[in-house]
Amino acid sequence: MAITEENPGYKWVGTRPIRPDGLEKVTGKAQFGADLMLPGMLFGKVVRSPHAHARIISIDTTAAEAMVGVKAVITGSDFPDLAANGAHPSEIDVANNTIAREKVLYEGHVVAAVAATTREQAEAAAKAVEVTYEILPHVLTVDEAMADDAPLLHEGMITKGVDPAPEEASNVASKILHERGDLDQGFGEADVVVEREFTTKPVHQGYIEPHAAVADANSDGRAHIWCSSQGHFQMRAYSASVLGISPGMLKVTAAEIGGGFGGKTVIYLEPLAVRLSQRAGRPVKLVMDRDEVFRATGPTSGTRIKVKMGVAKDGKITAAEVWMAYEAGAYAGSPVGAAGMTAIACYDIPNFVVEGYDVVCNKPRVAAYRAPGAPMAAFAVESVLDELARDIGMDPIDIRLANAAVEGTQASYGPKFPRIGFVETLEAIKDHPNYTADLGPNQGRGIAAGFWFNAGMMSSATVHINENGTATVVTGSPDIGGSRQSMALMAAEELGIPYESIKAVVADTETVGFNDVTGGSRVTLATGAAVVDACRLIIEDLRARAAKTWDVELDQVEWVDGQAQHVEGAQPPLSMKDLAAKSGRTGGPISANASLNSRGVGAGFSTQLCDVEVDPETGVTRVVRYLTAQDAGRAISPDYVEGQMQGGVVQGIGWALSEEYIHDSDGVMENPGFLDYRIPVASDLPMIDCAIVEVPNPAHPYGVRGVGEVGIVPPMAAVGNAINDALDVRMTDLPMSPVKVLEALNEQRD
Amino acid sequence: MKYVAPSSVEEATSLLSSSPSAQVFAGATDVVPQMRAGRPAPEVLVDLKKIEELVAVANDGDKWTVGAATPTANLTEDPAFSEEFPGLAEAAGLIGSDQIQNRSSLGGNLCNGSPAADSVPAMVVNGARAVVAGPNGTRVLDVAEVVTGPGQTSLAADEFIVEFEIDRIPARTGDAYLRMIPRTEMDIAVVGAGARITLAEDGSIEHAALALAAVAPTVVRVPDAEAALVGNTADDETLSAVADAASEACDPIDDKRGTVAYRKQVAGVLAKRAVLIAIERAQQRNGTN
Amino acid sequence: MARTHVTTVVNGDETEFLTDDSTSLLNALRDEVGLTGAKEGCGTGDCGACSVMVDDKVTCACLVFAPEVDGSTILTVEGLADSGELHPLQQCFLEGAALQCGICTPGFLISAKALLDKNPDPTETEIRYALAGNLCRCTGYDKIIRAVQEAAREMRDQ
Ligand SMILES: Cc1cc2nc3c(=O)[nH]c(=O)nc-3n(C[C@H](O)[C@H](O)[C@H](O)COP(=O)(O)OP(=O)(O)OC[C@H]3O[C@@H](n4cnc5c(N)ncnc54)[C@H](O)[C@@H]3O)c2cc1C
Ligand code: FES
Ligand code: FES
Repeated sequence: MAITEENPGYKWVGTRPIRPDGLEKVTGKAQFGADLMLPGMLFGKVVRSPHAHARIISIDTTAAEAMVGVKAVITGSDFPDLAANGAHPSEIDVANNTIAREKVLYEGHVVAAVAATTREQAEAAAKAVEVTYEILPHVLTVDEAMADDAPLLHEGMITKGVDPAPEEASNVASKILHERGDLDQGFGEADVVVEREFTTKPVHQGYIEPHAAVADANSDGRAHIWCSSQGHFQMRAYSASVLGISPGMLKVTAAEIGGGFGGKTVIYLEPLAVRLSQRAGRPVKLVMDRDEVFRATGPTSGTRIKVKMGVAKDGKITAAEVWMAYEAGAYAGSPVGAAGMTAIACYDIPNFVVEGYDVVCNKPRVAAYRAPGAPMAAFAVESVLDELARDIGMDPIDIRLANAAVEGTQASYGPKFPRIGFVETLEAIKDHPNYTADLGPNQGRGIAAGFWFNAGMMSSATVHINENGTATVVTGSPDIGGSRQSMALMAAEELGIPYESIKAVVADTETVGFNDVTGGSRVTLATGAAVVDACRLIIEDLRARAAKTWDVELDQVEWVDGQAQHVEGAQPPLSMKDLAAKSGRTGGPISANASLNSRGVGAGFSTQLCDVEVDPETGVTRVVRYLTAQDAGRAISPDYVEGQMQGGVVQGIGWALSEEYIHDSDGVMENPGFLDYRIPVASDLPMIDCAIVEVPNPAHPYGVRGVGEVGIVPPMAAVGNAINDALDVRMTDLPMSPVKVLEALNEQRD
Repeated sequence: MKYVAPSSVEEATSLLSSSPSAQVFAGATDVVPQMRAGRPAPEVLVDLKKIEELVAVANDGDKWTVGAATPTANLTEDPAFSEEFPGLAEAAGLIGSDQIQNRSSLGGNLCNGSPAADSVPAMVVNGARAVVAGPNGTRVLDVAEVVTGPGQTSLAADEFIVEFEIDRIPARTGDAYLRMIPRTEMDIAVVGAGARITLAEDGSIEHAALALAAVAPTVVRVPDAEAALVGNTADDETLSAVADAASEACDPIDDKRGTVAYRKQVAGVLAKRAVLIAIERAQQRNGTN
Repeated sequence: MARTHVTTVVNGDETEFLTDDSTSLLNALRDEVGLTGAKEGCGTGDCGACSVMVDDKVTCACLVFAPEVDGSTILTVEGLADSGELHPLQQCFLEGAALQCGICTPGFLISAKALLDKNPDPTETEIRYALAGNLCRCTGYDKIIRAVQEAAREMRDQ
């Protein structure tokens, strides 16, 4: 671990104890979304469109309703028409994506749902729902969608962000633009200019747990939902909107969640389960099959990106021009905005234009995926930078050092960076033995860097001191990768009691204050800050109680090592245990709430070093060595920081080499299973070496920056640059599959 | 769907004869995914694993018999078998994960009729025969004759494979199987190549068999490559003739797993490599068994 | 249609259940026996989240028809710990942070046990191949491999 600033004597922060929820998870007791069983529960099944683009002419549910065991069948008409109610367009899109009304916009789009006594009955009934479609022409890629005579998904969609607004509707939802300086002048100052075009395919988050929801509706309109999501408060809000009810009517309990990576920040099943439960008068469980997960959830955008960059001989980037088009899937909202902001954010570039387009097409609506939008842009920019470094004969770390954003740099997307750790990640790579390890035949080494903002947003926490002086830390942030451990570690540090006497839990929407989604790498930062605030309120309270007990002024009491001490030692200290035991006589239960809207976000950087070996006769690429250096700010829980780093890298390796959505000409997904949607398996990989860099975020009590996302930004370029280093072929189309690598090698040989 | 588990071959054939929509299965590692993907379930599903001879591996001195429903793990974990047919054992061992290996069978791999089935080229080059049971007793046919097209076999609806027979390997003979997949495991072959080579006393090639997977509607033999090898040694010229013949023998399609051009080119590469491994193994097996 | 009666030994206990013939062992264990430790990640043999031991062999419970296990012995993750004492693999997964979301963990524990039963001293490569049928999307496998190495070491030392 590379520590740039000394650990200021923390006792718990930065240690590696066993996580609070670990035991349940290694013994099979943990309850995930699909594990809940309620008395009288029905099984649901969703009916999906087999067509990529079609008008729904009619839906006949009579046969399905008449089948044995069937208790409810619902269609789009069982939900309020939000468009007619004047709802916000984004709410209408969420509702229409949950269940189609007039048109289906992708294969897998929900048209109906059934609930029956057994799984088998539900499946049979789903098959018996008769839907008549008028098939419409479809568009699958940004190229097709942006073509002049392209069929439109949304007849009234006028491109936003263009002045004056276009008169004609198109599939382009919006345009973004970032500019600085003078491009012509910048390219004029360059000694070398490289221009390349890149394409990437949609890829899925690939969480192993399919979406699942159980709903139990009461006849008074209230309902209880259990689901595995990245934010049960969001599930409540979205579900209420789709159902046309007040959020207060819904209680949502967060089940354990089996991976999300952004893909479980959106709703799919919850409102359907509620409506089915209302119609049937019984609890209903809906669980997706794996193929439904692929066909209808996630993924992230396929893209086309053009990059032109110039450098002077000294390695200074003089100008950059980036054009990008991102697939949004069926509804507006690709991450092109974030892509535009992150594309060149690692570097201090005087002249640039970054232009991007959000383009709808007949594929599932994209959902957030780890640093949404950034990885594809980084693939393009970092590949071009690698080529520029080669052309001027400069070390790939040195060219990045020569342009690296530092404290005070005006970020390409606007604000000035506070203290950041990009340079430190570059240096950590350079200092690591992997940087100079010997390479064998057909092996190559690649480097790439990445940036992600990290998010703050709203969080709440409650801390209770139990009667024996132990503590319960309650938050509303679903724990997706060990965050309960971080909460407990920070609480232990604050309260001065052992980690083992703290229990961190995730409460339902009625038990704790509002929390935004577990996303944007925000939980340890923002929810952690709320926990710290609540602990500090507790300490204030405990000091006051000690002062009262001793009959001294508050300022005579300090909180040290988990006990109240008299500043002059005039009284024997009162431990947490003593104070808890006496709480009845000092003011009642000891408990505190804190809520905040975090503004102390700290940007994250990652630099990665990849060694590959390519079989020149088959085009097969294997990763043989991998190192990732990332600025964590402060690693509260180093085990799980490494886990985030390693997990992000491996998802990136999959994206680089083997993962992609494959559609046939009818727009039907051809590889909706893990056998053909190839995520990396254990034997594909080496150990993933980690260098945690700690440049504390000055705006967080423990210096946390957030670590969940930036790790997935560099791998595609790191792998591509390594392939280029091995065999001198520049790969510009993801995935860099054996077929494409061999094609490139064949071209080179010709 | 009704599940039945007969305990004898006769019981099984009579079950099949009496219910036209019955289907046999062994590991169900193809059957279940196909049913999940929407293929209609048969009325009766006949589990072959409770019939003793279908899950046995034996060697009577002249030949090996491998029960058609034997989990491939039993085969790869049989040291004598793996020693004698390392190529076939490796091919069988490539099917799926350890979890799959404890279920998947050679009978299922063959009768599923996938052109990409890994064990089939290795069985073909080793001259394996299928013993087929039907209402009128058993018949024996070459493994190469079983599959007639993707998902199709020459077996009648009331027939099934009881076991495979493979003659003991002759002296100076070795087999090999290689496949190309984008990952290292849990993938279906984009190209597969099985080879078996017998060397003459003088070290030249006396017999050669080469078969390719995933490059045509069924597994294909490559007679031109075999002819190029016989009487020669594995010099560059011979090997490039092998590679060319292998590429030429391909009749592939573009699909989600690979392209025509890729399959042709890599078939040549794998054919060459498999032949070299088979030769090396043949050299090591100088004596008789 | 009448349901089939199946008698098995699950995690050491004689267990009977009724099932449709087309139901998978995985769904029978989860819905009928009430053991939800084994998970469905795919239902088609690709992810290993449903891994259980049937007669001491690791298999995907999603690929087994429930009636097949009549007379068999089954081990699920719930049966790994011995009267509350964790199996060394469970302990090493905990200590080595070999899980993030934990949905894959039951399957990995069972597969790793199957490996160590056969091969008490596997190399890193052998572990990686033996666990290739278990997908984990969170960890990048690094800490899982290390936890298995550590458990193997401890079990050899015992
Ligand atoms: C995750 C996963 C990975 C896989 N990887 C591979 C791989 O790498 N390579 C590969 O080749 N395959 C692979 N497969 C496919 C499959 O595992 C193999 O084809 C396997 O050998 C099938 O054997 P089985 O006993 O499970 O067949 P089953 O599913 O039981 O049967 C398959 C077909 O054969 C018929 N059949 C079975 N036995 C007989 C018999 N004795 N006589 C007549 N007909 C019979 C059945 O009716 C059915 O139509 C994979 C499957 C999965 C799920
Ligand atoms: S659920 Fe059985 S392997 Fe995925
Ligand atoms: S820990 Fe989440 S899939 Fe493995």
